[in-house]
Order: sequence, then structure tokens, then C-alpha cells
Amino acid sequence: MIAIIDYGMGNLASIAKALEYVGGVVLVTKRIEDLQKAQKIVLPGVGAFAEGMAQLKKQEMVSVLNELVLKQKKPFLGICLGMQLLAKKSYEFGEYDGLGFIDAEVKKIDFLQANQKLSVPHVGWNNVQLKKESVLMEGVEDNSDFYFVHSYHMVCNDNSDVVGTTDYGREFTSIVGRENIFATQFHPEKSQKDGLKILENFVEWEIK
Amino acid sequence: MLKKRIIPVLLLKNGRMVKTIKFDQYRDVGNPITTARIYDAQRADELVFLDIDASTANRRTLLDIVKEVSQECFMPLCVGGGIKTLEDIRLILQGGADKVIINTHAVEDIVFINQATEKFGSSTIVVSIDVRKKNNDEYEVYTHGGEKATGLKPVEWSKKVEENGAGEIIITSIDLDGTMEGLDINLIKAITEAVNIPVICSGGVGTLDDFKKGFVEGGASAVGAGSIFHFTDQSIIKTRRHLVNEGINVRR
Repeated sequence: MIAIIDYGMGNLASIAKALEYVGGVVLVTKRIEDLQKAQKIVLPGVGAFAEGMAQLKKQEMVSVLNELVLKQKKPFLGICLGMQLLAKKSYEFGEYDGLGFIDAEVKKIDFLQANQKLSVPHVGWNNVQLKKESVLMEGVEDNSDFYFVHSYHMVCNDNSDVVGTTDYGREFTSIVGRENIFATQFHPEKSQKDGLKILENFVEWEIK
Repeated sequence: MLKKRIIPVLLLKNGRMVKTIKFDQYRDVGNPITTARIYDAQRADELVFLDIDASTANRRTLLDIVKEVSQECFMPLCVGGGIKTLEDIRLILQGGADKVIINTHAVEDIVFINQATEKFGSSTIVVSIDVRKKNNDEYEVYTHGGEKATGLKPVEWSKKVEENGAGEIIITSIDLDGTMEGLDINLIKAITEAVNIPVICSGGVGTLDDFKKGFVEGGASAVGAGSIFHFTDQSIIKTRRHLVNEGINVRR
């Protein structure tokens, strides 16, 4: 069973339906017991970093995630805010601590192209360039387009965590991966065929 | 590179899809769910659903449609129509929408936009601006489905909306809506030059070249279209192919 964490941040229906569509057995839950029973965990999310962390803390999920993801190494998929929360720190509306599973910081998109500030949020379809191999990207062509909608981006301190990057005035990290952790800045559940392929790979992911 | 977006716009009334001309003369153009499936199969970049009934009695229908579409079409859904409260927004997002569109209520209470963006994130909140051209060639913002003059100028209003946290703007020409006579490039350009948030333009697309004009001359990030897909044999696929041939940066 794949547990999708409900922490009040955004639309859960789409990721649940999409995972089911590609063969997953899913449970959308707020309960720690369900996370403990799950084989895999998904942290979705749209919204502000501070609110996301506050909600996770309120639901007492931070230590549970530390245990299940870092210690027990359950396969973990983070999406959009769910990827950003993996960072050590974010600078959205202040300075906040994240889960710290990935050595990174979250900063506002402030990119230039030909000396002009690019529109924020970064909304729409953009291509992802693969920087290292990942089982979750099998069957997806390099430089495929995915759907992004975000105003902040993750800056990794450890390059080995960077699975894919995307160009928006400059390169930024669009996929991170380390052992059992895989997270995308874009929304695979909104990226039609290629997004569904990533989700299918997650459903079938066997960590040896 | 971020691609330009082709966005079919689906207007909903009583659970059916309708099309208007200058925001009037509703014609039934079919079933929104089957149409959404076709747009998804043709790889439209996003879908905009606007409930033009906008009465609370029909909120249920909009939610049902969004839920059903989001269960089969795994693509971005942008939904609006009569949104007045944070709870309205929460329900629509929970139903499967990625972004919500606010129009009239933004004018009635700009603070609502602030509150909405703080709670749900800037990128989730889209403000839609409907505009009529006056006799003296000046533009004015209208609310309530084109019925109420606000005295606001679109450029000033767009800037205010951006200042208050909106993530995107949809700019629609009421005069060109449903006419297929082409987009109002002057209007679109004025908005895209005034704000730094993405702009979706709509109202008047009648040919494949109109898409190109919206992107290149208008500077829009996305072009919304309705009539061309309902009433001509142009499709998302043909639009995409045309734009690729013209060197416009869209998904292939």
C-alpha cells in the first residue's frame, strides 16, 4: 500500500487517482499508523513552506518520517512542496527549517534572461535534463516536458542529489534523488503520459 | 525552456458546455467531460473551466465536473466561477483543480486575493479580468459576467492584482469573445508589459495564426481559445503543429 500524506496542503485527489491509474494501491491518510503500515510514502503538496512544516509538526509526522524514510528507508516520493520540504531550510516569507533529508535550501525564483526578470511563478511545461540515472525515470525520454507551477526552487549543496535540472533563465534543480528518496518539483500527476510513467515506476520500485 | 501554452477554455452552464458571443447568446456546445477527454488526448497544455452560472445552487455541478475530469485527465485544471470564500477555493482544489480563477470578487474585495494567496500559495490563485473597449478607444474592466462597469482601467487593475499576490492573470476581451476575429493585441500587450506574472490571453482567437500573434506580438505566456475548437476543424494537434512550424516554443 502506498500512503499519501494528507497534511492539508492542496489537492490529493489527482495524485491518488493517478497512482491508482498506473496500478498502485493507495491510501490517503493523516494517520501515523497508516504510514507505518505502508510500503511506500508520498508527500504531495501545494502552498507555502512554513504552513507545510507547521502542518506536519501539528500532525506529529516529522519524527515518523525521519524513522520511516531515513532509518527504515521506505521508498519515498515528494512532489512540488513535498520536494521542497525535504530541504534543510527555506526562505519563503521568512526563514524556516525543513525536514533536512536533502542538504539543500529553498529560495525564491529570481532569474534573469537577457537582463529581464522572468515571470514568477514558473508556470507551464518545461523540459527536464537528466543529470544522473534513476530507476524512476526509466521509459521517459531525456528532455521531456513536465508541468511546473512554483515560485520557489531548491538549491542543492550536494550535487550527487541532483537527478534532473530545468532551464528557466538559468538551470535549477527539478528532480532530487538519494537512495530511497525521489522528489520532483513538477507535478507528475499533471504531466500526462510522461508523468504517469514516473508514477508507474514508483509503484513498481523495488529497492534492493 | 518554458514553453508557451495552448489552453482550451470550457464555459459551463447547468452542467453543459456553452459558448457565448461577446459574453451573451449562450449556445450549447456539448458535454464538458467528453470534451475534456479529447483535449487531454490531444495533449492540450491546460484546461480552463469557467462556471458562468456562478450561483451557489450550481456549485455542486461544477465540483462534480471537476472531480470527474480530474479522475481521468492527468493534466493541469484551472477552475473558476463565482468564487467568493476561502472555503470555495479549498473545495475546488480538493476536487482536483490546480488553480482557481477569481474575477468579480477580486474587484469587490482585493483583500480576498491577499488572503487566498497566503493560504493557498500565489501560484494557485489566478485573477481573471474581463474588458470592454469604450467609444473613446479606452478600456474598462467589467465584472458579473460583463454586466457591471467598474470604472477600473485594465493596466492599473492588473498591477494592483499582481501587488496583492495573484500568480497569473487571464485577460479577456469581451468585445471579441466568440467572434473569431482575432485577439486584441494592444490590450494584451499593455498587460504583459505592465506585470511580471504570467498572462493568459483570450477572446477572439479564430485562426491558428492568432495563437502566434498572442504569443509573439502580445507577449502572452498562454493563449486561451474556445470557439475555434468548438466551431471549426482546427484542433489542439493542428495548432501545435502550426506553431512548431512557425518556430514558436511550444511542446512538440
